[in-house]
Amino acid sequence: MARLVIMGGGVSGHTAATFARKWLGKEHEVVVVTPNSNWNWIPSNIWVGVGQMTKEDVVFPLAPVYEKAGIEFKQAKAVSIHPDGNADSDTSYITIESTSADTAGQTEEITYDYLINATGPKLNFGATPGLGEGTNLGEHTVSVCTADHAVHANEELRKVFDKAKAGERQKILIGTGHGMCTCQGAAFEYIFNIDHEAKKAGVRDMVDIKWISNESFLGDFGIGGLHMNRGGYAASSRLFAESLYSERQIPWIIGAHVSKVEAGKVHYELLDGSTGEEEFDFSMLIPPFAGVGLTAVAKDGSDMTDTIFAPNGFMKVDANYAAGDYANWKASDWPETYQNPTYSNMFACGIAFAPPHPISKPMSSPAGTPIFPTPPRTGMPSGIIGKAVAHSICDMIKNPDAKPHKASMASMGAACVASAGKGLTDGTAAALTVYPVVPDFEKYPGLGRDLNYTFGEIGLAGHWIKHILHHLFIYKAKLKPGWTLIPE
Amino acid sequence: MQKLEDVIKPYDQNFTTMVPTPFVKFFRTCVIWQFIRFVHINIKMIIVVMKSH
Repeated sequence: MARLVIMGGGVSGHTAATFARKWLGKEHEVVVVTPNSNWNWIPSNIWVGVGQMTKEDVVFPLAPVYEKAGIEFKQAKAVSIHPDGNADSDTSYITIESTSADTAGQTEEITYDYLINATGPKLNFGATPGLGEGTNLGEHTVSVCTADHAVHANEELRKVFDKAKAGERQKILIGTGHGMCTCQGAAFEYIFNIDHEAKKAGVRDMVDIKWISNESFLGDFGIGGLHMNRGGYAASSRLFAESLYSERQIPWIIGAHVSKVEAGKVHYELLDGSTGEEEFDFSMLIPPFAGVGLTAVAKDGSDMTDTIFAPNGFMKVDANYAAGDYANWKASDWPETYQNPTYSNMFACGIAFAPPHPISKPMSSPAGTPIFPTPPRTGMPSGIIGKAVAHSICDMIKNPDAKPHKASMASMGAACVASAGKGLTDGTAAALTVYPVVPDFEKYPGLGRDLNYTFGEIGLAGHWIKHILHHLFIYKAKLKPGWTLIPE
Repeated sequence: MQKLEDVIKPYDQNFTTMVPTPFVKFFRTCVIWQFIRFVHINIKMIIVVMKSH
């Protein structure tokens, strides 16, 4: 009998757990440790943030799903990993701390034969003064990173709309809250949904909406932008992004590191070294991400976190962390198996694995402040990686000599649908595919991607697809009949 | 209907980018045309999804 423990129950962890349960016999155990009692379809949080969906529309309780599937569920946060056991035992284990209301704070040790780290990110609001403290959102801005944050964001947004209706001009600022943020796509969706809702509410002419982000050009999205075949041209995503912002009359500040947030005002530094301030009545700024702060402990009790984790707190896997400067980067730097190089029974997937380097070219201000997007590992790649890791472990349990499965972001594509407004007949969304996610300039010189499989367009069809995917992925996550037929 | 001059001003931040004409904007929410695009986009996405698994 083997025990697989999965830390994290988000898109990647849930995918890994459910497929592992399906592929492993009942003699093996699958345990999920996650601090949340609910599963959240995060891409729809932006619709909660504008009042077009409720929290209940985007979450469901995990316990009954796992009970039915035969997965042991621990509502707790993982605290430390002990890959060699301790002085009394050689058995690998993790320590967890309960987050359940009735046992909050109680600690427990869980032994494992195989471990998946799918803990996702720590929302590092504390990295920017005034944006928040540690993982807690501050009082000056809102967030759509969690369903609860999104509910709060909508409440604050409605106050702004009410003031605008009363004739009080309002300023809205949306974007990234630090020079090294990722998830520009979520902010992109939110700003255009606010624009759409402001028009529906009849207050758009009383609301000034502005974008601020760490991208060096609009349409970077943390993947160095993309080119698509349009009208016989290989056209940059910059053209389409700038076009959309122009059409919606949203000016932009780019290459910006938000250095401080105060009540109604942000301070920022730009790539050219200049600084500025921007006032707001309502602001949603995405925080930077970091690892969740897991520690690793050696058999003798000494700290070995540096061996398992990169300095940013994400887990080291089979990536090339010594690539150095941008000029040396290769697609082959990116991990394929997501196996920890020190412990072969330990894997990381989703946001939790340490990328070898960014995808977008690193840039900094003359003062040395790094200002560039960090690489996204969410959505479709996150699910595919979770499934591949589960497949590897299931094979290794059945045959210790089995080779792990590969799922490099440099050889997989991604389909992405970014909402620009919700509505059955007046909604729009940008439907995009990129292939591969990480550009491979050796295989595809110049653009880094295959133009045949990289495309994008905005329209009502994209909105229909996003809405259908909302229901489809929640159906899949609930393990309803035929769930395995729905791809990640 | 929004006019081009509503969104573009000479030498403003967005003067050098492209903006959609009313024709393009109409087809973005034209249900019949978008149903065709829906089928087309789904096929393209399914191909990328299949290549990625």
